Amino acid sequence: MGLLKKVLVTAAISTALIANVAHAENKKIALVVKALGIGFFDAANKGAQEAAKELGDVDIIYTGPTDTTAEGQIEVINSLVAQKVDAIAISANDKDALVPALKKAMERGIKVISWDSGVAPEGRMMHLNPSSNPLIGNMCVKMAADNLPEGGDVAILSAAATATNQNTWIEEMKKVLPNYKGINIVATVYGDDKTDKSYTEAQGLMKAYPNLKAIIAPTSVGIVAAAQAVTDAGMVGKINVTGLGLPSEMAGHVKSGASKSFAIWNPIDLGYAATMISYNLVTGKEEAKPGAELSMGRMGKVKLDDNSEGAMADPFVYDAKNVEEFAKIF
Amino acid sequence: MKALLKHRETQLVAVILAMVGLIALRFPSFVAPASLGNVFNDTSILIILALGQMTVILTKCVDLSTAATLALSGMVAAMLNNLYPDLPVLLLVVVAILTGVLAGAINGLLVWRLDIPPIVVTLGTMTIYRGIIFLISDGKWINAHEMTDAFKAVPRADFLGIPVLSWMALSVTAIMAVLLRRLATGRAFYAVGGNPHAAVYTGIDVGYTRFLSFVLSGALSGLAGYLWIARYAVAYVDIALGFELDVVAACVIGGISIAGGIGTVFGAVLGSLFLGTIKNALPVINISPFWQLAISGSVIILAVAFNARAERRKGRVILKKAEVVA
Repeated sequence: MGLLKKVLVTAAISTALIANVAHAENKKIALVVKALGIGFFDAANKGAQEAAKELGDVDIIYTGPTDTTAEGQIEVINSLVAQKVDAIAISANDKDALVPALKKAMERGIKVISWDSGVAPEGRMMHLNPSSNPLIGNMCVKMAADNLPEGGDVAILSAAATATNQNTWIEEMKKVLPNYKGINIVATVYGDDKTDKSYTEAQGLMKAYPNLKAIIAPTSVGIVAAAQAVTDAGMVGKINVTGLGLPSEMAGHVKSGASKSFAIWNPIDLGYAATMISYNLVTGKEEAKPGAELSMGRMGKVKLDDNSEGAMADPFVYDAKNVEEFAKIF
Repeated sequence: MKALLKHRETQLVAVILAMVGLIALRFPSFVAPASLGNVFNDTSILIILALGQMTVILTKCVDLSTAATLALSGMVAAMLNNLYPDLPVLLLVVVAILTGVLAGAINGLLVWRLDIPPIVVTLGTMTIYRGIIFLISDGKWINAHEMTDAFKAVPRADFLGIPVLSWMALSVTAIMAVLLRRLATGRAFYAVGGNPHAAVYTGIDVGYTRFLSFVLSGALSGLAGYLWIARYAVAYVDIALGFELDVVAACVIGGISIAGGIGTVFGAVLGSLFLGTIKNALPVINISPFWQLAISGSVIILAVAFNARAERRKGRVILKKAEVVA
């Protein structure tokens, strides 16, 4: 860790310390992110601040290294341990490398949870996933079905045929299909997360299935390429492109109407939920163990599995109403 | 030899027609004029790149950095468009081409002046150019709504019923045909690849000619870079990743000899169209993605095998004649 980074981290922590003098009895919850200056994590901090305001007696220490390294995060964790924070909620740069530092923190009585990007079970009390595979699969079909009250043909544009996460989501989509009347999945094609191939595959879908009403692309490259292909084919309004994408990448295609809605995690909700869980662990109101149900304020409850992992919520849906606002964040 | 080449191109035309016919059996509307026009339009960028690559291969070199150059030029144009939306699109196209020229010139100079094998040079610059894109863009995407409408409109614009993207491919083909057949520089590409030693005795500077071929390939990659970014309306580091292999494959299928000195513009265009037809047809005839990869791969190997046979046959003919004389 360079001198500059040390100074920065020290400065960040001392600022937090000075703030703490004013409310000595406040709970100190550290939100440790992969790196400072990333829009996604700044948004998570926004959510954490919202939770702190709601709770009243919480100070959020928003910190992290200046680049996404495990070493940087270890230094940050050590400083936080030294200044005796009450809880650490971390999005980890490395699943295993942080375990010793976080174990030390837990030995000192600090509550440690991971969110977004997890830590190995021995290094944290619980892990909060933004969503789960069944929830993602269901949301993808739901977004397509919501715009098709009469039902219709739907195709899936995936990444590589061997991509594990994509295949899991596609399986989940097929499982929930009976719940959506009239929706038929007519084809699954693979764009390999390449713009040109995804575009050609989307063109192929439109040619091969003249009655196609929606394309579900649970990949950020695929959804953008499919939206462009639909626009170029003059099918905006006839074929709706949906799936998983980032607001900053999809804003233009939502505006053009090629995509009515798409989903991805909401970082604000994630920061909020992580803070709420940390607070409840610190006050001793709740305990993180397999099978436990933890409350997350306005986000409801999360049930932990055998690995003490839980899924926060459905992926958050972005449409014409909110995409512009989030496009500025991530 | 010319007759042989002609023969090969007629073969390729026949293969492409047969393939289109087969596809039509399974999916009749594929042969509708609009659909075929679409296939050509979709293949335009590949054609432009293959023609640039062809000149490099003619001189016994290879340019593996062509896709990276495309991505770099496209990113430069897209970033300028994003930062200064008032700049005329034509200027951005020129900037993209000049970026390509610069990238090509670096390749060319390293090959010419330092005498490093072209495959090593371009393998290196391929990653360097990708790295530069990451540095200038900070790894961020330039998305559809961050580009102006005029910037995105050019490749799609309609001129006499055909999109400008297709016109670009047609005009590049025409220019390259004239250059390679009629102009001294064009003939020099063949001479340098066909027999470098003989070329020196006819007063051709082998190194300089290779340099020129890299610059030409870079310029065409630059043009293709703008067209790609404007067409797909998104720019990021990994744009066209691995596309250089398609480009080399199109040349090989089109009968451009990897050994240099042999090949025609028509062949390169046909090779590109062959790959383009496969790419466009496989999605509509509903073949498993695993088979798609296997089919594309087998076709390339078959084409190279044909090439090798075509070149070997040439040798045999000479031997036979020698026997008759003896």
